[in-house]
Amino acid sequence: MPETLKITDLHVAVEGKPILRGVNLTIHRGETHALMGPNGSGKSTLGNAVMGHPGYEITGGSIELNGENIVEWDATQRSRAGIFMAFQRPMAIPGVKMADFLRHATTNVRNPDRKEGEELIPMRQFRKELTEQMEHLRMDKEFARRYVNDGFSGGEMKRAEILQMAMLRPKFAILDETDSGLDVDAVKLASESIAAIGQGTTGNGDQMGILIITHHDKLLERNAPDFTHVMLGGKIVETGGIELAQELYTEGYDRVRAAYPDAAATEQAMTEKDAIAN
Amino acid sequence: MATDITQAPDLQAPDLENSALGEINKYDFITPTTDVFKAERGINREIVAQISEMKGEPGWMRDFRLEAFEIFESKPMPKWGGDIALDFQDIYYYLKPTKEQGKTWDDVPQEIKDTFDKLGIPEAEKKYLAGVKAQFESEVVYGSLQEDLGNKGVIFTDTDTAVKEHPKLLREYFGKIIPSTDNKFAALNSAVWSGGSFIYVPPGVKIEFPLQAYFRINAEQMGQFERTLIIVDEGAEVHYVEGCTAPMYTTESLHSAVVEVIVKKNGRCRYTTIQNWANNIYNLVTKRAMAYQDSLMEWIDGNLGSHLTMKYPAVYMMEPGARGEILSIAFSSKGQHQDAGAKVVHCAPNTKSRIISKSISKNGGRSSYRGLCKVEDGATGCKSNVVCDALILDSDSRSDTYPYIEVEEQDVQIEHEASVSRIGEEQLFYLMSRGLTEAEASSMIVSGFIEPLIKELPMEYAVEMNRLIELQMEGSVG
Repeated sequence: MPETLKITDLHVAVEGKPILRGVNLTIHRGETHALMGPNGSGKSTLGNAVMGHPGYEITGGSIELNGENIVEWDATQRSRAGIFMAFQRPMAIPGVKMADFLRHATTNVRNPDRKEGEELIPMRQFRKELTEQMEHLRMDKEFARRYVNDGFSGGEMKRAEILQMAMLRPKFAILDETDSGLDVDAVKLASESIAAIGQGTTGNGDQMGILIITHHDKLLERNAPDFTHVMLGGKIVETGGIELAQELYTEGYDRVRAAYPDAAATEQAMTEKDAIAN
Repeated sequence: MATDITQAPDLQAPDLENSALGEINKYDFITPTTDVFKAERGINREIVAQISEMKGEPGWMRDFRLEAFEIFESKPMPKWGGDIALDFQDIYYYLKPTKEQGKTWDDVPQEIKDTFDKLGIPEAEKKYLAGVKAQFESEVVYGSLQEDLGNKGVIFTDTDTAVKEHPKLLREYFGKIIPSTDNKFAALNSAVWSGGSFIYVPPGVKIEFPLQAYFRINAEQMGQFERTLIIVDEGAEVHYVEGCTAPMYTTESLHSAVVEVIVKKNGRCRYTTIQNWANNIYNLVTKRAMAYQDSLMEWIDGNLGSHLTMKYPAVYMMEPGARGEILSIAFSSKGQHQDAGAKVVHCAPNTKSRIISKSISKNGGRSSYRGLCKVEDGATGCKSNVVCDALILDSDSRSDTYPYIEVEEQDVQIEHEASVSRIGEEQLFYLMSRGLTEAEASSMIVSGFIEPLIKELPMEYAVEMNRLIELQMEGSVG
């Protein structure tokens, strides 16, 4: 029985405003899932809620990792348990070098019981591994000495996120629009890297369960989804195979909206509220 | 008291568990001392005269002290900065712990070595230090100076010794950069000063390694009034490093130093300070440098601890081409107010200054940046750049900025940027999503924030500074 991340009837609110309204999704390790949907449908909210962002209040339902409900866990615990998210807009941490940050992160995730102040993974071993992974991603060595996401271009940020994934070797990874803002070549490289990391060929051979949030199909060429989900109005309204992803990319969401009028109405209400709030 | 200082007294094992009231500070230990002489509590004309007499000083210094005492008495307390609740009659102004200054490590009393051991000084000394002067209470007790420094004509001694051995040189500059009339605490220091460093670097001599001194307050309610004078002659270079740690006591203590620096034509001086005072100490320091033609003066100033710190290192650019750079960092926690900043005064054309000030406030601490940028009439073509960033770790803490800009000349370029930020939920979440605990994440954000200062420090100070910040950060989030 493969390891499982199971989301059941998940309701999430941000600042008291309901966003997710009963999401069901089960990912087994080794599977690739694509999550598509119009802007504001709740895709990133799902990612943040699964990762444990304190601003995303879980008002109902459960998130289970191998049968254990993790909704009360903080992000640290979830990360150490093998959950990862590549952020759409990762935060800059000025003054903190990528290498120092990654050494702490890698140590903590690989030794989940580590207490603060305990030994980090040996520098030599860490350097070797980091250099290898950076070569895979065609990153300059100098990159490790730069401050985390500080002054990075869009493409550098996304590559840095993939690098973190490669180092942390999560069981389950959520990639939130890792292809946005990248040119064609960069998407190709990202796509290949994600596939290799997902298959465990760059790490210890263990496969990941991947949830790819995207608007495009490019990332999916090398990461053919076993399942494609469509989110609308805070719910997954339809699930299919790779052909669904291709349809949505070329045709848009009109058919889906027409097929699920309730969700479409919710989506419209949410979008209008946002427009007023903004 | 006639105690044989060469015999080690019984040492109390430092009780680290119980000595820490409130926040744990690994340097909160008290070493028993064998005082040779302790002036009575309080200050008056007789005590000032007695201090001079005990030191066997020449008449001019005695007169200097007495005049300064009168100025001290006549000056009101500063009405700005922080609240100063000090009883000047409840402080000891002079304490002489050993009869003579130790010449070698073997001469240093055991209890003082013990204190240094706890601070990790001997290793640092072996590895990095060229000349160490350590101030234990009010007097320098141990000093070593590399032979080649002496051969080059460099003088690195305590200021008391300099009064006796280099009177002509000292008298030419002593009290000239910061006269006793400058402010109440400069006057107090001038009246009761003791210890501090005197450095003279002859023309063209470049000292490749930092000269260092460790300062330490050790007696309850003991004021420490060191007086430092650095003269960098034409084309000479020196980096002086001072670090302070202090044990914690429950009653107020006062530290009020005066530091005067002269950097002559084409000279360079960098003065680095790391201060970590106990939470009850008033740290009221006057530091000023005069920089002459094409010279560079740099102050690097790290302030941790204390009840109230008021300190604004200053550079007066006296001649064309002089540069002044000030990098300061303040960390304030519960019951602490850091009122720190910098002053740059452009007295001549084509002078340049840069101020970078960073402050961190947590657990109800308060940090203020107070800075002055002044350009005098006729000082054309000057440039000044001021950046101050404040990081606030919780809603109980506070940060203020008081930038004063006085420009009497049109043809100048002055930039001032200020930012205040809180450790963002998003930054914390990002780091936590990579397996760091909340405390680790906060600590990492803070260490990144002060990185621009840390990278300017000599290596062992960078290590110590990081350790101090980690100690300050422990348990700061919950």
